[in-house]
Parts: sequence; structure tokens; C-alpha cells
Amino acid sequence: MKIGVYVCHCGGNISEVVDIKKVMEFAEQQGDVALVKDHAHMCSDVARKMLVDDIKEYGLDKVVIAACSPQFHGRTFMGTVEKAGLSPYVMEMANIREQCSWPHYYQPELATKKAKDIVKMAIVKARLDEPLEKKTSPIGKRVLVIGAGIAGIQAALDLGDAGFKVYLVEKEPSIGGKMAKLSRTFPTEDCAACILSPKMADVPANPNIELLTNTEIESISGFLGNYDVVAVRKPRYVDITKCTACDKCAEACPVVVPNEFDEGLSSRKAIYLPNPIAVPHAYVLDDKSCLGLFPLACSKCYDVCDAGAINYDEKPERINFTVDTIIVATGYEIFDPRKKKVYEFAKSKNVLTALDLERLISLEAEGTVLRPIGRRIAFIQCVGSRDELVGNEYCSRICCMYATKLSQLLKRADPKRDVYVFYVDLRAFGKGFEEYYKRAQRTGVKFIRGRVAELHEDSHTHKVRLKVEDTLTREIIESEFDLVILSVGLRPSEGTTKIADTLRLIKSPGGWLQEAHPKFRPVDTLADGVFICGCAQGPKDIPDTVAQASAAAARAIRLMNKGEYEVDPITAFVDEKLCSGCGICAGVCPYEAITIELKDGKRISRVNEVVCQGCGACVASCPSGAQQQRWFMTSQLHAMLSAALGEEV
Amino acid sequence: MKKLIITSENVKFLQKINELADQDITLCEQCGTCSASCPMVAEMDITPSQLMRMVQLGLKEVMETKAMWVCASCYTCTVRCPRGLDVAKVAEALRQVYLRKALDYIEIKKIPKYEFVSLPQIAIVSACRKFTG
Ligand SMILES: Cc1cc2nc3c(=O)[nH]c(=O)nc-3n(C[C@H](O)[C@H](O)[C@H](O)COP(=O)(O)OP(=O)(O)OC[C@H]3O[C@@H](n4cnc5c(N)ncnc54)[C@H](O)[C@@H]3O)c2cc1C
Repeated sequence: MKIGVYVCHCGGNISEVVDIKKVMEFAEQQGDVALVKDHAHMCSDVARKMLVDDIKEYGLDKVVIAACSPQFHGRTFMGTVEKAGLSPYVMEMANIREQCSWPHYYQPELATKKAKDIVKMAIVKARLDEPLEKKTSPIGKRVLVIGAGIAGIQAALDLGDAGFKVYLVEKEPSIGGKMAKLSRTFPTEDCAACILSPKMADVPANPNIELLTNTEIESISGFLGNYDVVAVRKPRYVDITKCTACDKCAEACPVVVPNEFDEGLSSRKAIYLPNPIAVPHAYVLDDKSCLGLFPLACSKCYDVCDAGAINYDEKPERINFTVDTIIVATGYEIFDPRKKKVYEFAKSKNVLTALDLERLISLEAEGTVLRPIGRRIAFIQCVGSRDELVGNEYCSRICCMYATKLSQLLKRADPKRDVYVFYVDLRAFGKGFEEYYKRAQRTGVKFIRGRVAELHEDSHTHKVRLKVEDTLTREIIESEFDLVILSVGLRPSEGTTKIADTLRLIKSPGGWLQEAHPKFRPVDTLADGVFICGCAQGPKDIPDTVAQASAAAARAIRLMNKGEYEVDPITAFVDEKLCSGCGICAGVCPYEAITIELKDGKRISRVNEVVCQGCGACVASCPSGAQQQRWFMTSQLHAMLSAALGEEV
Repeated sequence: MKKLIITSENVKFLQKINELADQDITLCEQCGTCSASCPMVAEMDITPSQLMRMVQLGLKEVMETKAMWVCASCYTCTVRCPRGLDVAKVAEALRQVYLRKALDYIEIKKIPKYEFVSLPQIAIVSACRKFTG
């Protein structure tokens, strides 16, 4: 057997810590090693050509690449050895970057020692590798998109236009998400509703999109190419095909409750249109505030509905369907400023969130003035962001720009206004953002660098007094304002957290959904065929949300378009001699790939290798060692352990 | 304007205060929450955030300022720091630099005995340590 070992410098990432020469000398002494080389960048085109040539010239049958994580470049090198005519499964990566040079930066000698151990483990594993062959599996063209904010809408439209069948599931009675609430959008100041509503209208018009509003996901099981979805449609009590949105029902309804679309600043009836641009454009009956869903309690809406659209007897409906891939676009919620006690949010009616202000400005543009905005206005930045006291270390990325937008909209509407933005750092990172910030300054908005320490409402005048240091002059400012706007940060929506649990997705700090790789797989997850986009992945603005949504659609299309996809042959199989048919494996298999069958009168476990996803649960649970997993054979793992422990192998 | 020259001496001073305060003062993002929260700031020559900045830059001139002695150790700054820094402890670390030189601001022996017995012990200790006068 001839094993080739290649040690990568990673342009200094490894070689600045690990002594490459020593690792090479060590590798040379290992049995079956026929060739040891190093390279500044093993992943580069030249180095990979060299690898192909070496495999052919020296007749290598196994390859060990000591470089970065297989998560990062595993596929790259598998492709390279395949090009040289070998099975991609005789290539092993020894991760001496993420698991060695990076974490042990300050201990180069120990790092070198560890690198040797890691390389040795890869060599002993490679020695036992078998030249497995790739499998292919059939795949259909059905996608579940969860959440219909701008992210979900964009992804659904892209997929629908490309000819894929989309199930778009939205838990609210209308699609549109948070963007539907906004006034204008930075940095161009387009009216949010004007650019969003055509896209919203395109959704039901697209023959490939099945829109399920007022619907939540109950469960998802299965795997890439075969996800079984159970969704539950909550009763709307209004037939959307019959409702003409004439408003007679709402006029008749005696119940008045706060309107969540206007952040509770206005009120609505128990039967109502979710918002002026709602899609589907139909009323919904809120059964929590309705006086009772039977004619004896109150049937005013039912009585006036000429279209006969109201049905009090509607029940929750379970909907089952199967999809091949999934896109999660479940978005964000704003930080609840009541958690930031020093800002007295709950106590003063003159302290509002930025989302409240978005609604006030939108409604004013439509001719409804809910309350006066006043002459002196202060924006407080970083409320719930970059604040370890409330447990949020991250920057919410959009608040600098929305405050820049809202402040200048107020100032331009009434140039006599005094508008101040109190910020910690002004982050105008996007295209056209710096110019937009400058425009705000030119408009006369005053930007003051300092985090507001406290707010107090004057009990007589109801004006709000704030205290802040201008950190550039070191003066302490104490000033009174008519209105204080809290530029609240973003946090993952409850729906995002729920879906993460349903799909067992990994979360990054802060609870956002974690991408498979921050640079090269920004919308993939580690669950095959599950993609993420928009604010569910992390705080971002609309341009970035839309870009990610289209990216997620493209990544899903890439998997489904050919009608089949390549699968690693890393599946479990049974050693029938050892198997006692106890069935523990079948019980732990999350994919229902294992059945217990009778063979010659003996109970035996059988793995359906098409269904098996290679998670290894059965192998770990098998008491007799009968279950084995290809590429991760127990013999291989034992050899690696022995190598790590310094035993002779 | 005086030119600011930053040398490795400055870094040493920062490291020393870091160690005394058991804080990574470099993490201060200069948001000013401490200053605007401080009930004594009106009496100070530099604000608490400025004190943090001077230590970050390793400016030993901070030792000549009054703010650390005016600090009432009320901990409002510490409680409110969004980066979780113990700002009050940094002021204490600066005071420690003096204390370790065993420099008392008040010579206890010079206090008349009748006054000494009537003074609460805590007042005597703080009078020695924190020259606010
Ligand atoms: C005050 C404010 C002002 C802003 N101004 C601007 C601006 O001017 N310009 C700009 O570019 N950006 C702005 N933004 C940011 C913008 O709102 C977001 O970038 C955008 O809305 C993100 O869209 P999304 O689809 O990812 O999330 P969302 O809009 O939150 O949509 C998520 C959707 O998923 C649904 N959902 C959630 N969980 C589930 C579930 N489990 N099942 C089914 N459905 C579910 C929700 O009901 C919602 O409809 C602003 C944000 C705020 C807070």
C-alpha cells in the first residue's frame, strides 16, 4: 500500500505555529507512507494538479491531507483524488488548523506534537479505508418555505418562477412580515408598502406556489428528498374565496382590541383586515377576542355579510405533504425594551420604539394622525444590542440606518424640529449608506456620540429627560424631549426558535440560525436540504435579506434540478453473524431505515441503505458490534484511538 | 496641543492597572454610560469614561487627576456598563497604586484624640485612602 501525505502551510495559518518540517519527518517514518510533500496552499489549483500527478506517477492508493477542517475543504480534496482515478473515500483530512494551529497559537511546540498525532490518526484510518463508490438518490422538485416575510416571499417567487412546487407556510393571516409595517426604506426611501405589495400580490398569482396562511408547522420528519410535513391551518372563520373585504363585518363588530399591526397604537375589531395591503385580501376573525363563536352570543358580523363568507364552525385543519427541500425564513422580533429598566419604556407614553414610529409615519402618510410627534425628538441607539446586561452581545446592524432614515424623515417633514440621534458607533456599512448618513447630517439631524444612561418622565409636563455623555467633548448632557424613540435591536422570532427545534438546527450565539459555513455556505445548514435566509439567520436589512433569499432558492434548485443527487455511501450495514436481532438499532434509528427480519428462522437487523443517512446512532447502540458504518468502521476508530494514545498500530 | 507619544511604557501601565483591577480595560467601547450615570461626575475633573480612556492609552497623567478620589464607590457605573466592565474597580485600582506606596493623605497621628474617638472608623479609613478634600 502506498500512502501520500501532504502538509499544508495554509499561507501561514498553520506554518506560523506548527513546525511543518517536523511533521513531515514524522510522517515519513509511518508505515506505508510512500511520499510526503508540503505546500503553501494545498487547496490551490497548482497544488491539486500536483496531487493528481503524484497519485498517477507514484501509484498512490491512499492520500492524507494535513490542512484545514474537512467541513471546509473535504469536498475539494475528495474531488481531486477522484480526478486522479481513486475513490474519493480513500482521502483523509488531518485537521491541523481549526483543531491545532488556531487554538494553540501560543503553544507552538505542543501544537507541533499534536499535529503529529492528528496526522498519525489520519494515516492509520486511511490505511483501513475502502474504495467506496458514490451513490445517487432520486429527488423531486417540491420545496417548503416557512415564513412569508420578504425573505420567504422572495425565495418562493424565485422557486415558483423556476418551475418548482412551493408550499409557502405563514403563521399569520397575511404574508408580508415586518416589512409591511415600515414607512420608507433606507437608503433610497422607497415607500415600503409600494415596493412590497406587488411582490405580495405575485404570490397567489403564481401557479406553482401553494400559499398556506394562518398555518403553523406541527412536525417535520424524514430527510433530503423526502421530508414529511404536517401543518395545521388555524380556523379563520372567513372563507377567503368569498370575502370581498367590504368592511361591513368590522363595522358591525362590537369588540374593540389593540391592533397589533400598528403595534397597539390603534385599535381594531375582533373581525378585521390584517393590514391595508394584506394578502390574501380577506378578513379574519380573532377567536380570542370574539364574544363567542355562536349566534346566541353575537352574530352581528354573520348577519351583515352579504357574501356569506363567515363560518363559525371552522375547525383547525391538518395538512400533510411531502417535500424535497426546506427553506426557513422565519424572521425576527424586536427587542422588548421593558427589559432595559433604565429606559422607563413602559412608564411613559412619550417613549416609543422605532417600529411604533414606523407605524406613526406610515399612517400619517395615509392621512391618519394617531398622536402628535412633537418638536424635540431624541433617538437612543443600541437598545438591546451590544449590551451584555440584557444578554445581547451582537450588533443588530440595521438600527443605525433606520434611525438615520426616521430622523431625517421627521426633520424634513418639519425643519423646525430638533432631532437628535444618540449613538455609540455609527455603522453605515452598506452600499449608499455613508452617503445617506451624510444626507441626514445635511438635513440638520444632530448626531451625538454617547449611550444614553437614563430617562425620566416629568410627572407634570410628561416631557422626557435624558442623561448622556457627549463622549467627544466629555460634557454631560441633560436635556428634555417631547418624544424619545428607542432604536430597538433585533432578536430571533419565537417562530425561528420553534422551527430550529423542529428541524434540530444549530443556533449561533444570540439564538440565530447557524449557517454551515460563514463564508462559503452562508445559506446552507448542516441538515441536508435545509436552507436559511433573512433575519432568521441574523439581523440584516432588506437588500441583504432578498439576496440571501434568492441564494437559498438557488442552492435548493442546485440540489433538485437534476432529478437525482449524489449521496455519500456512508451507511450502516449489519454483520449477520454477530447480530442477535435485539432491535435496539431499529428503535434508535431516526430515519426508520432499520427493520428486523426473519432470516433462516433467525431474527436479523436489515438496513435500508437508500434511507440510511449515516448518522451512526445504530452503530453506537449495538451491544454486539454487529452494526458497522462505512468510512467509520469500528476497526478504524480503534486504530485512530490507539494512534492518539501512542500505542503501536 | 501636547503631542501624544505612545510607547511600550504605556502598554505596561495599562497592563498593571488591568491586573490590579482584574479587568480587560481595552474592552471599554467608550460609550459614556458610566459618566452619565455617575452621581459625582459634576465634581470630577475628568469623567469616568475619560478615566477609562486614559488608562487604555496608558497615560500615567491619569494618576494626577482627581476623579478616582471623588468616586463614591456607588457602583452605578459597574452595574450599568454594557460591556460588563467593573469601572468602579478600575478607579479602585488607580487608588491602589497610591496605597501601595503607603502614602496616606491624612496623617492619623495629627488628628486630635477627641476628634479621633468621635470619628467613625470607616470615615478614618476612607479619609486616608480617598483624598476628596
Ligand atoms: C424599525 C425598523 C425599521 C427598519 N427599516 C428598514 C429599512 O428602512 N430598510 C431596510 O432595508 N430594512 C429595514 N428594516 C429591516 C427589515 O425589517 C428586515 O430586513 C426584513 O423585514 C427581514 O425580513 P424577513 O422575511 O427575514 O423577516 P420577517 O419580516 O420577520 O418575516 C418573517 C415571517 O415569518 C413568519 N413566521 C415566523 N415564524 C414562523 C413559523 N414558525 N411558521 C410560519 N411562519 C412563521 C412571520 O409571521 C413573518 O411573516 C427595519 C427593521 C426595523 C425593526
